[in-house]
Amino acid sequence: MTDLSVKSWKKQRNEEESLNSQEGLKLGKNNAKKPLELARTRLIVAGFIFTACFLVLGTRLLDLSLIGTDTESVTSRNYTAAEMTLARRDIVDRNNIVLATNLPTDSLFVEPKEVLEPEKSLAKIKTVLPRININSLLSVINSGGSFHWIARNLTPEQVWQINNLGLPGFKFIKEEKRVYPHGSLFAHALGFAGVDNRGLTGIEASLDNRLTGVANVNAEPLKTSLDVRVQHALTLELSEAMASFKAKGASGLVIDVHTGELIAMASLPSFDLNLYKESSANERFNRATLGVYELGSVFKAFNTALALDSGLVKIEDSYDATKPLKVSRYFIRDDHPENRWLTVPEIFIHSSNIGSAQIAMDIGSERQRKFLSQLGMLEPIKLEIPESGRPLSPSKWRDINTMTVAYGHGIAVTPLHAINGFAAMVNGGIKRQPTLLYQDEIHNRNISGKRVIGADTSLTMRKLMYRAVTEGTGSNAQVEGYLVGGKTGTAEKAKAGGYERKAVISTFIAAFPIENPLYAVLVSLDEPRGNKHTHNYAGAGWTAAPATGRIISKIGPLLGVPPSTANIAFPAEQKITRPIKNIIRTEFRRSESATF
Amino acid sequence: MSSFSRADRSVIGRWWWTIDRWTLVALLLLVAIGAVLTMAASPGAAERIGLDPFHFVRNQFVFFAPSIVLLVIVSLLSHQGVRRLATIGLIITLLLMLVTLFAGHEAKGASRWLSLGGFTIQPSEFLKPFFAVVVAWMFSAQKQDSKFPGKFIACCLFFCVATLLILQPDFGMTITVTAVWFIQFFLAGLPMFWVAAALFGGLGLVVAAYTALPHVADRIDRFTNPAAGDQYQVNTSLRAFENGGLFGLGPGEGRIKEDLPDSHTDFIFAVAGEEFGALACLLVVSLFAFVVLRGFSRVLRDANLFVLLAVAGLLTQFGLQALINMGVAVRLLPAKGMTLPFVSYGGSSLIATAIGMGMVLALTRLDYLKREQIT
Repeated sequence: MTDLSVKSWKKQRNEEESLNSQEGLKLGKNNAKKPLELARTRLIVAGFIFTACFLVLGTRLLDLSLIGTDTESVTSRNYTAAEMTLARRDIVDRNNIVLATNLPTDSLFVEPKEVLEPEKSLAKIKTVLPRININSLLSVINSGGSFHWIARNLTPEQVWQINNLGLPGFKFIKEEKRVYPHGSLFAHALGFAGVDNRGLTGIEASLDNRLTGVANVNAEPLKTSLDVRVQHALTLELSEAMASFKAKGASGLVIDVHTGELIAMASLPSFDLNLYKESSANERFNRATLGVYELGSVFKAFNTALALDSGLVKIEDSYDATKPLKVSRYFIRDDHPENRWLTVPEIFIHSSNIGSAQIAMDIGSERQRKFLSQLGMLEPIKLEIPESGRPLSPSKWRDINTMTVAYGHGIAVTPLHAINGFAAMVNGGIKRQPTLLYQDEIHNRNISGKRVIGADTSLTMRKLMYRAVTEGTGSNAQVEGYLVGGKTGTAEKAKAGGYERKAVISTFIAAFPIENPLYAVLVSLDEPRGNKHTHNYAGAGWTAAPATGRIISKIGPLLGVPPSTANIAFPAEQKITRPIKNIIRTEFRRSESATF
Repeated sequence: MSSFSRADRSVIGRWWWTIDRWTLVALLLLVAIGAVLTMAASPGAAERIGLDPFHFVRNQFVFFAPSIVLLVIVSLLSHQGVRRLATIGLIITLLLMLVTLFAGHEAKGASRWLSLGGFTIQPSEFLKPFFAVVVAWMFSAQKQDSKFPGKFIACCLFFCVATLLILQPDFGMTITVTAVWFIQFFLAGLPMFWVAAALFGGLGLVVAAYTALPHVADRIDRFTNPAAGDQYQVNTSLRAFENGGLFGLGPGEGRIKEDLPDSHTDFIFAVAGEEFGALACLLVVSLFAFVVLRGFSRVLRDANLFVLLAVAGLLTQFGLQALINMGVAVRLLPAKGMTLPFVSYGGSSLIATAIGMGMVLALTRLDYLKREQIT
């Protein structure tokens, strides 16, 4: 029945087709027929090109999965047995405290051909290693081959017991297990190496070829710029701030403003490097160098510095901040409204968005973009870890972008970008490359850099930052013993369609001692919630600033920074050299800890 | 399903016997694969930005049923219906894109999204299929009646669309639209002199973009010289394929997706590679190849220039996007954000692709001749 209908239908269709083509003939061959023929021929060409592309793609897929990749950083090297047992170099902090080392262990493997009674042997081994799966191992042994792992990194006691069983075919190989004595403290800076001693994240991954290989067997430990004591103080204060403000995450950085060395780097929540397999993606995520965030008003430091340095804005200029600024259909408002005309220093100290936007318009989009580019705010920072976030910036710098960038919105950078730029604002105006490696005091100390603002502008910025802490938004960062200068930033988090008013990123960046800065400290909290001590405010002045103050009061003495003489005015001439006394003290401590 | 009699002349019955069922099955398979991969890839991405792990999964599943329904409904249309849909759709999307320019909200530095009562849509996604059909209509109309200024209208439309896309700015979409438009023009009989001129012109544009636009230069430098700079996403993606091998690590076993920021959109293919292996990826590649080539071969037999041009345009867009997305993931092409049709996360893209493929199915139905006579 259906067959019949198919035939009749096909017949009908053929008739229609012939009818149509006759019509086509009537219309004229040249007009309708020829283009169609041409189109068909060309479509076949297009079809062949597509086929070729799909074939290339398929070949590449097979090539990737069977042979592996060709890029250096992800090469799956074929390790020889000898290489596999080679140790990785130790990693130490700037005072030679061990951060990562190796533990020699034995691992058990089986050579199926030599095994006499597979089932019985495995049952005996299970009495020593209760976690092995007999059935799967049995099928592995029965399938033959010459080498299969049974268990890695066994204790000497287990090795002794298995040897006592006297089973043929089961053998040991010496291996090294990477051990991180400080657990979670340096989780993101160090990263971890997998079971085959291959670095997977952090320094362990980036410097893999400097840590492994025949050439590096007996090499000196790799010396980082980190300091265990500072890292500990930073992590402790961050986790306390995170707990008391119920924040989702936190990041912190301490940098030497004259060398670019990172003294401490923390990202919370963190994880124990020795148990990296149990960590979650959120814990492994490096908020300090991989995460990019709109950091808010801390960008006013860059805006103000550029304005003063360009000479287009004078320090005594003032701007109308009596009412919100209307730009097309947006309003720019102040969080701490003064509702009056503000001078340039007042705009910075009271963190006025309205004033900053107007300053930015006086400077102009192009100068702003160029300056931020010089500061390295538009490109990823190359650090000795692979986790490097690419900043998000306006692809087209319109007026509204210029205004929002002035107060740190519409541009997202990593906290590392922010503190590195900040260091250039306070250290006399030199931007340097941040590093996680120790810079030798005399020989290869990386003090060369690029001048981004004049030394006099830098001095002015230090005075402004000092005033922002003594009379402005950062007053909770004041500590005894040191004069601190800094800038708060409270940024609403972006969400689809706009910004969330309740969810903020609260950041504080400070330098100390501000009359002659040696170190800068950054504390950033992700979605802190206010509590009763802060009158339910979650802003940076209430959450990040006090934490920064406590960090400074702890690490200042540890780093041998001489206390500021109380309330002295700034010196007329700035000195940007490190005090000689300080160098001697650090040297002394270094030799002390080395002998210890 | 096969219980429909061939003599059944009801709408559904006729649809079932005239539709290209193989293509339909291939498309539904792609949607199903997309669902599985979204479940595999997006929990990691959601967790990383602090959302509930199944946030993206739920968002995406909302769109599956409507997109399949749309696919079927559009495939029921007559040729005239397709032309009407495309013309009206093109006008609406052009207006929406104009609105986006002034009222859109910015994501990652480009304003291409529009909020409509709780949903955000990307009008330019919808523009692509409508534009291809209208351009095909214009070209074929001029061949029918040489007095009709079809080419001129097609060129004007192209410049409007390209300008709007560049203003957003959305270079990836501009390149796709340009390529599709060029191929349609090529099929419609663009003289070889102009084809060569356009190819050289395109090459010149790439060189110009390389010298004038720093971020383009940066992308290309990083592609040609992997050691030069950060290749984090692409390197991680390559490691995923390497880890996966032929058969994959198994569903849920992949680790790479946790470290890839765009694992649920631009790099979803890498997640497939790690968890399901190269053979599964080959299946995806062959599904895309199948849909494109089968469509091409089907319209080769067709006596209607409009159908040929429209279907070729729609399928070129579909295939090109798939090729670019997968090519980036295996480092055959420099990094460029492009969604994998039907597979990547994104409601706008899913719905728009469903409409486009629905039009392909409608245009390649066997009973077109009958329809054309009636109308």
